Amino acid sequence: MSSRDDILAAIRANLPRVDRPLPHVPLFDDDPPTSLLSAFKDSLHRMGGVFLDPPASGDLLAPLRAKIADAKIVCSTVPEIAGNRDIAGVGVVRDLADVDFAIVRASFAVAETGSVLLSDADLRVNAVAYLAQHLIVLLDPADIVVNLHHAYRRPEFRDRHYACFHTGPSATADIEGVLIHGAQGVRSLSVLPVVRAGDPNH
Amino acid sequence: MRIGLFIPCYIDAFFPEVGIATLELLERLGHEVVYPRDQTCCGQPMANSGFNADAAGTEALFVRNFSGFDYVVAPSGSCVHHVRDNLDAIEQTDQVKEVRSRTYELVEFLHDIEKVDAFPWAKFPHRVGLHNSCGTLRRLKHALPSELNEPFFSKPIDLLSKVEGIEFVKPARPDECCGFGGTFSVFEEVVSTKMGYDKVSDHAQAGAEYIVSADSSCLMHQQGCAERIGVPMKFIHIAQILNGASA
Amino acid sequence: MSTVREQTDDGAMLHPEQRAEGDPDAIIRDGRRLDHAEGTSKPLRAHPEPQPRGAKVHGNRPVDQQEAAARFIAAPEHEKMHDERLWDLRQKRDREMHGIPEWEELRSLASAIKEHTLTHLDEYLDQFEANASANGIHVHWARDAAEHNQIVHAILRDNGVKSLIKSKSMLTEECGFRHYMASVGIEVIETDLGERIQQLDNEDPSHVVVPAVHKLRTDVAAVFSRTIGTDPNNSDVHYLAEAQREATRPLILNADAGMTGGNFMVAETGTFVVCTNEGNADLSANVPKLHIASIGIEKIIPRLEHLAVFVRLLSRSALGSPITQYTSHFRGPRAGGEMHVVLVDNGRSERLGLAEFWTSLKCIRCGACMNTCPVYRRSGGLSYGATYSGPIGLIIDPTFNARKYSNLPYASSLNGSCSNVCPVKINIHEQIYAWRRVLVEQHEVPLAKRAAMKAAGVLLSRPAAYRAAIAAADTALAHLPRFVIYNGLNAWGKHREVPHPPKETFHSWDHANRGAKR
Repeated sequence: MSSRDDILAAIRANLPRVDRPLPHVPLFDDDPPTSLLSAFKDSLHRMGGVFLDPPASGDLLAPLRAKIADAKIVCSTVPEIAGNRDIAGVGVVRDLADVDFAIVRASFAVAETGSVLLSDADLRVNAVAYLAQHLIVLLDPADIVVNLHHAYRRPEFRDRHYACFHTGPSATADIEGVLIHGAQGVRSLSVLPVVRAGDPNH
Repeated sequence: MRIGLFIPCYIDAFFPEVGIATLELLERLGHEVVYPRDQTCCGQPMANSGFNADAAGTEALFVRNFSGFDYVVAPSGSCVHHVRDNLDAIEQTDQVKEVRSRTYELVEFLHDIEKVDAFPWAKFPHRVGLHNSCGTLRRLKHALPSELNEPFFSKPIDLLSKVEGIEFVKPARPDECCGFGGTFSVFEEVVSTKMGYDKVSDHAQAGAEYIVSADSSCLMHQQGCAERIGVPMKFIHIAQILNGASA
Repeated sequence: MSTVREQTDDGAMLHPEQRAEGDPDAIIRDGRRLDHAEGTSKPLRAHPEPQPRGAKVHGNRPVDQQEAAARFIAAPEHEKMHDERLWDLRQKRDREMHGIPEWEELRSLASAIKEHTLTHLDEYLDQFEANASANGIHVHWARDAAEHNQIVHAILRDNGVKSLIKSKSMLTEECGFRHYMASVGIEVIETDLGERIQQLDNEDPSHVVVPAVHKLRTDVAAVFSRTIGTDPNNSDVHYLAEAQREATRPLILNADAGMTGGNFMVAETGTFVVCTNEGNADLSANVPKLHIASIGIEKIIPRLEHLAVFVRLLSRSALGSPITQYTSHFRGPRAGGEMHVVLVDNGRSERLGLAEFWTSLKCIRCGACMNTCPVYRRSGGLSYGATYSGPIGLIIDPTFNARKYSNLPYASSLNGSCSNVCPVKINIHEQIYAWRRVLVEQHEVPLAKRAAMKAAGVLLSRPAAYRAAIAAADTALAHLPRFVIYNGLNAWGKHREVPHPPKETFHSWDHANRGAKR
């Protein structure tokens, strides 16, 4: 017998003979925060992320431009701003090793946790979100869901091969509980609210 | 009511005043209290160590001693937990089931059955740290353990709050185990005593003069630990305070 | 490598971000972070306290957890940091719990979903395999650790892999994976900071979530100075973490394959989910072309809607954060990439048949039971001498080797805190109690303990003999502790005082004062 058949046969022989029905999972959304955006901001801040408040008027991308002003290599996957490393031209993943800032758009965000979902469609090359030193995420405030129960009803989990909740930057407290950002992945994660343009990719 | 008084071996040998306080308190409340003289133990030391078969004789003796009472009451949470939840080395006859279901720890008896609303004879003008033994806290459900997100309640605090002058301190780790754990206290004595040192130090730092508990076994262990490391702390069973002990 | 890096005044590598504003612990001078502030804020010590090592494992002989725990306690700086660090995690967990009104309902749901899935495990695994395969994932099945290692080895060999980067996985620890790979000449690089520390120190992880939690910063400085060339006198945590990042990054970039574990598998979509904080699993999965995930068969859940329940509970229980920094969902290989999942049994199907213990398979490896366990916090995870330590280890390890781990179920005061923090409501302390019975029945408990318990049982069932033995309190003092002492030493009095004998027992008081009535 194959290992597969062996294992399945052993499981069948040992299945506990008890009735355990699958429970219904509520959405737990009876008491949503008054503003999903400010709930998201609070959660993001707690997890070490930075929320870039947009200026009241003028250039909405000004905080982003200020962030990357001194950067040598910027890789953008969004139409709103151009970088100097074209993601379409990345042949091997290693080519992203020297990226200072990656700029991407989130599929959506979760107010409960302060997470942004970045999928393979958003990143083009998945590794850009981890090899870059810093990550800047554009988020349409209309794309915020209240909690993880709502999040897992989103289509991205059924039609993308890769989708990752980023909640703040890479972090570790593995040495005596001292919090360090940038253990292996990005050293910082900033989120800028920018309404989604008529992007044909979305 | 006719109550069978169960005095576990540690209390019998080392803390007779706890047994006396329990007896007197139940008598004050108007009960006929009987101390069956052939009692020894509930079987927990053997069963807790995995030697369930070796507990059978002791459990059978316990059931013989305590059959026929309206309630069996003991000033020891861990022993009552054994009787109610784990006394299964012997055949579960109707008699055995009857004794098991009628056995109560003193605090829950006073709080849930007797519903005592005053202890007019009791005064205890001292700062106390309450030690809920793990058996009373998480098995007999004397109080809400800090791990759960449910409404707060505490039967021992309800009762002790009716004692004039008493003041509670709040240790940093209110329901951390003190390290007694029955046979654990000798099988793993280094860890057990370290837990005890930390427990009494926590209460001392919170400003307690007394550690009060419904379990003499925890207190015996904590007292031994406090004396060894030189923490000035006094220990008292809840039965003694409720019965009007002054100090 | 052309990552931005600066030489600071003392020559240490320090990335500009490490001088970040917004770090409340940072000391800033002239707009720059004062380097190594944490290191200099501690008193200089010529000789840091040496790290106590774990249990001495001798083949199949029963592990002496107590002996190793005693050595850990004898290292007060280690024990204190360890206890306080893990208690801090427990408190953070409590804070998160109080922020979620439906917390207890989530725990009940998680438990019910897992119990349902385990009682239909064959069906859901079948469904997962079909869906994952349809998405282009190669699914393999491994009966045991050896087969797992061989399967992974074969995949690596077929792809000409010389070096493998991986994220932390308790399953690969269970399989002795690194040792096996070393024997076949493939370099394995752990990329989780704590796990990397443990790998470089040639030591097992001591905790399922924070593998190096038993080490002081001075221990890490010693390991890193020996292995990656850091300054042996610099134990600043920021410096150590940064040095590790810089040393590991080229290994990540040049690796031929990446490996992860998996926290969950979703049957309806063929997805597996990996939860990490460092982003190292996503580097391992997304930098090399080849990604292999080793996952225990019990990690499966039916649908995406169930995933929400577990993701909400996992990191809150583990670390007291609402979610891990990264929660990664893999449903298929990326363009040009190759993805394999190895489904591993290794004793799980057998455990499913143990009536008293099958619910231990609900475990999601959050470590909350370890963080809350007063015994674990004072013993250190390595004292258990097993892959899984702490309360969950006490009930899982004996399923792998009842003799070797026969002492572990006794390393518990049965306080029950573990069961209350468990996000999937495993009755851990009741299973510990049940394991003691099983081990006694299987004759895996020492004869001396057996003899003492038998004697205690005989004495306690005979009132006359019992009364004669403890006729007076001072003779009780001599006899009573013996009930629980199996080796003839007075373990009670070694580290604590014995109780003060009163002038009479309750029994004699009752006889004198109420005797007439009896």
